[in-house]
Amino acid sequence: MDTLPLQHDGRPGPHLGRRLAALARFCLLKLARTLATLWIVVTFTFVILRLTGDPALSLLPDNAPPDIAAAFRSRWGLDRPVWTQYALYFRNMLDGNLGYSLANGRDAVAVVLERVPATLRLTVSAFALTLAVGLPVGVFAALRHGRMADRALMMLATVKYSLPNFVIGIGLIYAFAIWLRLLPSSGSATAAHLILPVVTLGLSGAAVIARFTRSAALETLGQPYVRAAMAAGETRTQAIVRHVLPNAAVPILTVIGFTIGGLVGGSIIVEQVFAWPGIGRLLVDAVAVRDLAVAQVIVILLAVAMVTANLAIDLAYGLVNPRFWNNDDDIR
Amino acid sequence: MTSAETAAGTAPGTVAANRRRKRSAFRSMPFSVCLGACWMALMFAAAIAAPWLAPYGYAEQQPLLRLKPPALFGYETPFWLGSDHLGRDVLSRVIHAIRLSIVIAVAGTLIGACVGTAVGMLAARLRGWWEEALMMLVDVQASLPFMIFALTIVAFFGNNFWLLVIIVGLAGWERYARLVRGLVVEAETTGYAAALRAVGADSWRIYRHHILRNITGALLVQMTLNFPETIMIETGLSFLGLGVQPPLTSLGLLISESRNYIAIAWWIALAPSIVAAFTTLSVCVVGDWLRDVSDVRLR
Repeated sequence: MDTLPLQHDGRPGPHLGRRLAALARFCLLKLARTLATLWIVVTFTFVILRLTGDPALSLLPDNAPPDIAAAFRSRWGLDRPVWTQYALYFRNMLDGNLGYSLANGRDAVAVVLERVPATLRLTVSAFALTLAVGLPVGVFAALRHGRMADRALMMLATVKYSLPNFVIGIGLIYAFAIWLRLLPSSGSATAAHLILPVVTLGLSGAAVIARFTRSAALETLGQPYVRAAMAAGETRTQAIVRHVLPNAAVPILTVIGFTIGGLVGGSIIVEQVFAWPGIGRLLVDAVAVRDLAVAQVIVILLAVAMVTANLAIDLAYGLVNPRFWNNDDDIR
Repeated sequence: MTSAETAAGTAPGTVAANRRRKRSAFRSMPFSVCLGACWMALMFAAAIAAPWLAPYGYAEQQPLLRLKPPALFGYETPFWLGSDHLGRDVLSRVIHAIRLSIVIAVAGTLIGACVGTAVGMLAARLRGWWEEALMMLVDVQASLPFMIFALTIVAFFGNNFWLLVIIVGLAGWERYARLVRGLVVEAETTGYAAALRAVGADSWRIYRHHILRNITGALLVQMTLNFPETIMIETGLSFLGLGVQPPLTSLGLLISESRNYIAIAWWIALAPSIVAAFTTLSVCVVGDWLRDVSDVRLR
């Protein structure tokens, strides 16, 4: 392996230009993959939208005035060959022009966007909880490896990980809202309403992160450089913060990527359990009454969010792992 | 190497040694795995014997006996686990729900394994652009939460039972595809497939008779690992009201129905929640253990 691009005193190492070019190539490759994924998702929605019949009937409310239906048909090119329709579908998508809600005749994009803040509040808090609980618990369990605390925590993590979110949600509602009467069971009026859904959603992710952090930390804890650092006078905490965590970061980041997917999928169910007014609940309602315009917007929005999150994780992965941009041969 | 192997004088790595190692792994099965396996056996038994086990029909209503508490907890009612808001026996409904959930999960797992294996084998056989395209689809599927995909299909095609089975079946196909492609490529390039090809066997014969048999173990482990997810997708969709439709019952549907009565009739939620929780937990524990003791490399 070559030397690091920045030497320990901060001066640029040799071949800095070549390494930056390699890093740029890595980022571009990931970006291209992301765009290709989005293209496949949009094509998928186009194909199944076409399979179900006339999009003008599917995406417009039944009582849409004829002139609106005619305008929609010409904008989507429904009288033209299927390839033109495909191209127009992309153009309308970029313009944010995706039909009207069946429920109230409003623009589907606007209907979805007004629900986004609630979902963000839920998922971002749950994600923060996931990290705030998962990482320390994982490291703690690794330090207590094989002892009672480790076993108990890992057992809890397995139980939490394998239970469906709605079972946990209903259990929490029963315990805290009905039995103890401490917290509200549904709605989103106050900050207290946030607690139960965030705990339900966040702890599932935390269980996964804790399990992986534990195994990643165990692997690095046994390395000679950690023992060397402690022999050289660093305390255990210092050694963990300076050596164990940075080296365990790569596998943990990969798992964080998985957790985000779990959060997005889980939020659909958790929003339903706690009557949280986010896009997950909107999606379920839209699917139930087959409000295709709204469902389509949500699916594409969630796909964009997921794919962007994956891209961010990939790039972070490239940045935290020096091996990735140290040696051109390692870059894929 | 265990003492049994040394005593028998078998060299490590031989078929006999592997078999012995697996047997000793089964003997030293942890207690939790044992419990999980027993619970799964119980669930399968309940699924098979549902019509004989259930004291009442799953849709049989007794309007005069609504919301009765469970006899199991000392109440004077004819229902072991209580009755719901329409006077239906909770125990019978749970037993029938187990049956339907397990039938869907088993059918789904088989569909997923078949689709994934076919895609993985195709990718490994065709190589080049086809492989790239197929594996790209696999990556796309892996990068999106399956629930979104499932909801999209239900949104566009409406709700029906067979569609639900297919959707549940598609959950996790990408993992089978990845696994199978990896194993087949390995066999093709370094292993027995190259040797068979050298003696003149055609692709069909190699894939059907040799590769498929060799990867069955890995596939079975992957199926166990996927099983909890298939159950969760089905119960999740049913919980959202988009899976199994009344009057049929599923664990997710039962829990969803119980939610409205949880403040006055906790027993409606109790049994399906416990069954759903124990089942997914058992399959997870058993699947993880199987993966650890078998020597197959997954991912």
